[in-house]
Amino acid sequence: MSGRASPWPLAISARTVVTALGAGVEPLRAALRDRASGLAPARFPGAPDGIWTGEVPGLEEAAPPPELAGFDCRNNRIAELALRADGFAEAVREVAARHGAHRIAVVVGTSTAGIEETEQAYRRRPEGQAELPADFDYGRTHDLQALPRYLQSRLGLTGPALVISTACTSGARAIMEAATLIAAGVADAVVAGGVDSLCRLTLQGFNALELLSRGPTRPCAGDRDGISIGEAAGLLLLERPADAPPGATLLLGAGASSDGHHMSSPHPEGLGAVSAMRAALDCAGIAPEEIGYVNLHGTGTRANDAMEDRAVHHLFGQAVPCSSTKGWTGHTLGASGAIEAVIGALCVEEGLVPGCLRVDSPDPEFRSDIVTENRAAPLRRVLSNSFGFGGSNCSLVIGRPA
Amino acid sequence: MIRCSVHGVSVWGPGLPGWAASEAVLAGSSPWEAAECAVPAPALLSPTERRRAGATTRLALAAAAEATEAEPDRAALETVFSSANGDGAVVGALMEALQAEEVALSPTQFHNSVHNAAAGYWHIAVGSTHPSLSLGGHDAAFGAGLLAAAASASVRGGPVLLCAYDVPMPAPLHGARPTAFPFAAALVLRQADSPGARAVLELTPRPGPAPEASPDDALMALETGNPAARALPLLRALAARRDSVQRLASGPESHLELRCIPC
Repeated sequence: MSGRASPWPLAISARTVVTALGAGVEPLRAALRDRASGLAPARFPGAPDGIWTGEVPGLEEAAPPPELAGFDCRNNRIAELALRADGFAEAVREVAARHGAHRIAVVVGTSTAGIEETEQAYRRRPEGQAELPADFDYGRTHDLQALPRYLQSRLGLTGPALVISTACTSGARAIMEAATLIAAGVADAVVAGGVDSLCRLTLQGFNALELLSRGPTRPCAGDRDGISIGEAAGLLLLERPADAPPGATLLLGAGASSDGHHMSSPHPEGLGAVSAMRAALDCAGIAPEEIGYVNLHGTGTRANDAMEDRAVHHLFGQAVPCSSTKGWTGHTLGASGAIEAVIGALCVEEGLVPGCLRVDSPDPEFRSDIVTENRAAPLRRVLSNSFGFGGSNCSLVIGRPA
Repeated sequence: MIRCSVHGVSVWGPGLPGWAASEAVLAGSSPWEAAECAVPAPALLSPTERRRAGATTRLALAAAAEATEAEPDRAALETVFSSANGDGAVVGALMEALQAEEVALSPTQFHNSVHNAAAGYWHIAVGSTHPSLSLGGHDAAFGAGLLAAAASASVRGGPVLLCAYDVPMPAPLHGARPTAFPFAAALVLRQADSPGARAVLELTPRPGPAPEASPDDALMALETGNPAARALPLLRALAARRDSVQRLASGPESHLELRCIPC
């Protein structure tokens, strides 16, 4: 390849999600419209007392096919539910038949992959045994690569595969790098997104950081008290618009940055967040006023939401409605950027700005236009934010062409 | 096919204490001798961050620092950090701590457990706000990182630091996922036509797994002992300034046909 090819825009030829609201896009679409949350008091064994989570229903029915039984773990079961929903696996097979299975890449994000299987393996050891059980399959469960490997095996794909683990930006960053692979000429379509699953490590880890809400999360509320952790899968099938179904919603741009500031605290003024959003707008070739809705990272922690409000206000002033949808799904960590990309597409298609759930009025300190009730609006473009530990930031622009 | 150029380079592994001390060994003009590799303290980190960073991060930062020595501005590089195991010491300690009757994880260990911890420390160390990617990839992590870094350099046009590193995990994780020794390799990549390049790389993804490595000497036998050591054939071609074509594992169902053309 000589010179630089612009990756933008790409078409979302197919998409699927699995969240606490159920498998598939339709339960999510209905819940957004009806303002019905998927969060509930935690049932996950070993969860800290008194917290709420966004647990995916139906995992007991989501075992991998027998020939892929070695991949069985909570994370791959959520991926399996995603492949079964929304005609996604069929859409991928159709695209693979058109371009060739070796021309379809898989670029997916996860923060903890199947580490929950390892947690179980530690507990399954007989008293006095140090070694993990002989039937524990690290490579097909715990290892980050287990996720793209499962997807490739299940979909019969033989193209490049990347697994991205940049904490809570993993899913968004995977979508961005999918575009890079298409622009570099090594793939014609990409299965991109993220999958993350509940595990004791993240539940207890965020608890140790005192970042878990003592009830359902209430992002942007003045008295917000933290995160509700969720689990989810979000997968997009991305292609060049000329190859995609007519009228498909577009991924118009993506931008990333690093804070270079602190391992677990965002830059207080949100400099990294501003530069990721600006880079995404620049890629898409649009001005801030051409964004109709900002889907915030909005985790519900004191620090994230305050930082993000400053960053969003810096770019958009009060002109663009903003909200977090984590009141519906919980914070699904490495899947959040992917499911929120799908939410962004749904908002454009439905003409819906979903106001933050369970928030009477936004934090009085906030200066952005925080929405707390659903609004009907003719949206053309949505900006979706993801930020994570290690100072990782990524923003996506989804919608219709100019 | 993706084309890019190689500028800075680094290696840290058994008997390979940095590129400067290892180039002749890799080129075949000096013998390789097995020796434990002492990694220097990460001079770029502030004393506070240095205390927080564990052995895995120190190894990654040593390779990243050496590969970027000639860069006028380290903060101007995008980064790709690639590691199969991440920080096994931290993950192992957290897994043990979760077994306690009353679980109380260390907050510092938890935020150090994210796979992008080494990348986070690097960007703090050099004050960089450029994008950073952290990848896994099991035994193909180096090839996956090379693909991502080369694609980024060719599409986005800016210089990219690729840093691949892995460290043996503690027991009992080590039994389930053995890694023989610590190893790190780092490269600075730019667009193919950039002046001052050491070599040009041409990467073509191919379906199917890469052929099994067949080591023809003791140094090459390191290749299968650590995912980052899969960089050795490329590092040797760079050191010997030899035109070579290799097949490099880069994913579960694909590999890279990798040509290295010395400049």
